[in-house]
Amino acid sequence: MVTGTRSLAIGLVPASRVAETHVRAILARVHEPEIPTVSIVDLGLVHDVRVEPDRIAVELLPTFVACPALEVIRGTVADALAVLGRPIEVSFTFAVPWTTDRLTPAGRAGLRAAGIAPPTDPAAVRCPYCDSAQVARDSLFGPTLCRSLYYCRDCRQPFEAFKPV
Amino acid sequence: MTDFVAPDRIAMDFTGAGDGRERALALLLLSMADDEFVIGFSDSEWTGIGPILEEDVAISSLAQDELGHAQALYRLFAEVVADGRDADAVAYDRPSEGYLHARLLDHGRGDWAATIARRWLYEAADAARLEALAETSFEPLRELVAKIRREERYHRMHVDAWLERLADAEGEPRRRLLAALEAMGPDAGTVLSPLPGEPALVRHGILAEPFAAIEARWRAEADGALRRLGLPTLPPTRDPQSARTAHSDVFRALHAEFTMVRASEVGATW
Repeated sequence: MVTGTRSLAIGLVPASRVAETHVRAILARVHEPEIPTVSIVDLGLVHDVRVEPDRIAVELLPTFVACPALEVIRGTVADALAVLGRPIEVSFTFAVPWTTDRLTPAGRAGLRAAGIAPPTDPAAVRCPYCDSAQVARDSLFGPTLCRSLYYCRDCRQPFEAFKPV
Repeated sequence: MTDFVAPDRIAMDFTGAGDGRERALALLLLSMADDEFVIGFSDSEWTGIGPILEEDVAISSLAQDELGHAQALYRLFAEVVADGRDADAVAYDRPSEGYLHARLLDHGRGDWAATIARRWLYEAADAARLEALAETSFEPLRELVAKIRREERYHRMHVDAWLERLADAEGEPRRRLLAALEAMGPDAGTVLSPLPGEPALVRHGILAEPFAAIEARWRAEADGALRRLGLPTLPPTRDPQSARTAHSDVFRALHAEFTMVRASEVGATW
């Protein structure tokens, strides 16, 4: 899901009075393209927000260097911030490595709601559906770079777990 | 070693990279990017035909990671050289003899045992190289290396487990692994062969120590791991002076494939 963020934004703000908090409030409603229950803020992707007279600059951290969703995220962020009426500059940086510690509690809950176990020590992974610890890792690699494949022996549900990095 | 960078050998222009530091840095970045690009492309040939579904997914993820690392390194190279080429132009618009990947990666995909042997030899050498760049004075590379090392941990876990599985197997899997190690062992050290301008890299704090020292440490660790698995240790590097310049027909075929879209339409993207 990459649409709909604009309509959820906080409405037109006079360009002279844009504050960083406005920008961050809008970003908190931009979802990770493949995980609609987690915002990019709760995923810990937002590194820096700068409101300048002639532009708004947002710096994001890629979860994985090769993440193919980066350009989608860049476009979604730019679209969402367009209501602020100022040129938007979205860039990616490796200034600090994104790590799974950057996920907020809301982000971890959002992952579970999407059927994805939040990142943790592989021995501590629990089923996002029934919370059982009786799980087995089927594959270190999953459908995206950031996830592994697991199977719950209690509710017999295959599920994905976010890789700790 | 100077002919290593001669324009007629490499068919690329380094005029944008002026002094010894920039020139050596550009070569380092390009050699690393080409390594990641070529192994990523070779591994991607397993997509759809991996030996089991989970391994199809795994090798495709590994290939995607390596291509992403290559892209990030090509971007840094493009910034350093600043001759107007972007990362895609550097990656796709060179003749096959202009690529600087290590000869280890010239062997092509091969069977699964060959893929595991090549990945294991490469990942261990690449990890030693990344370790020597962890505190590099070139800030954008230091940031990127920190990120890449976190991802490469998963690559090592995957390939270590597979090497052990094939080494411990009776019969054909072990025979195929031994054949692959015999074919690629003499080229394993090419990943860490000295680069032209290397003294400037060390002097400017870009590289922690000369490649010879990195290679010696990697070789001792690799030999130890091979011995523990009852596998033969690595032979000395064959033709170290052409470690990154003499490419195989296997690579020329791969090059024809990965440049096909760009060659059919200038500036094509997909």
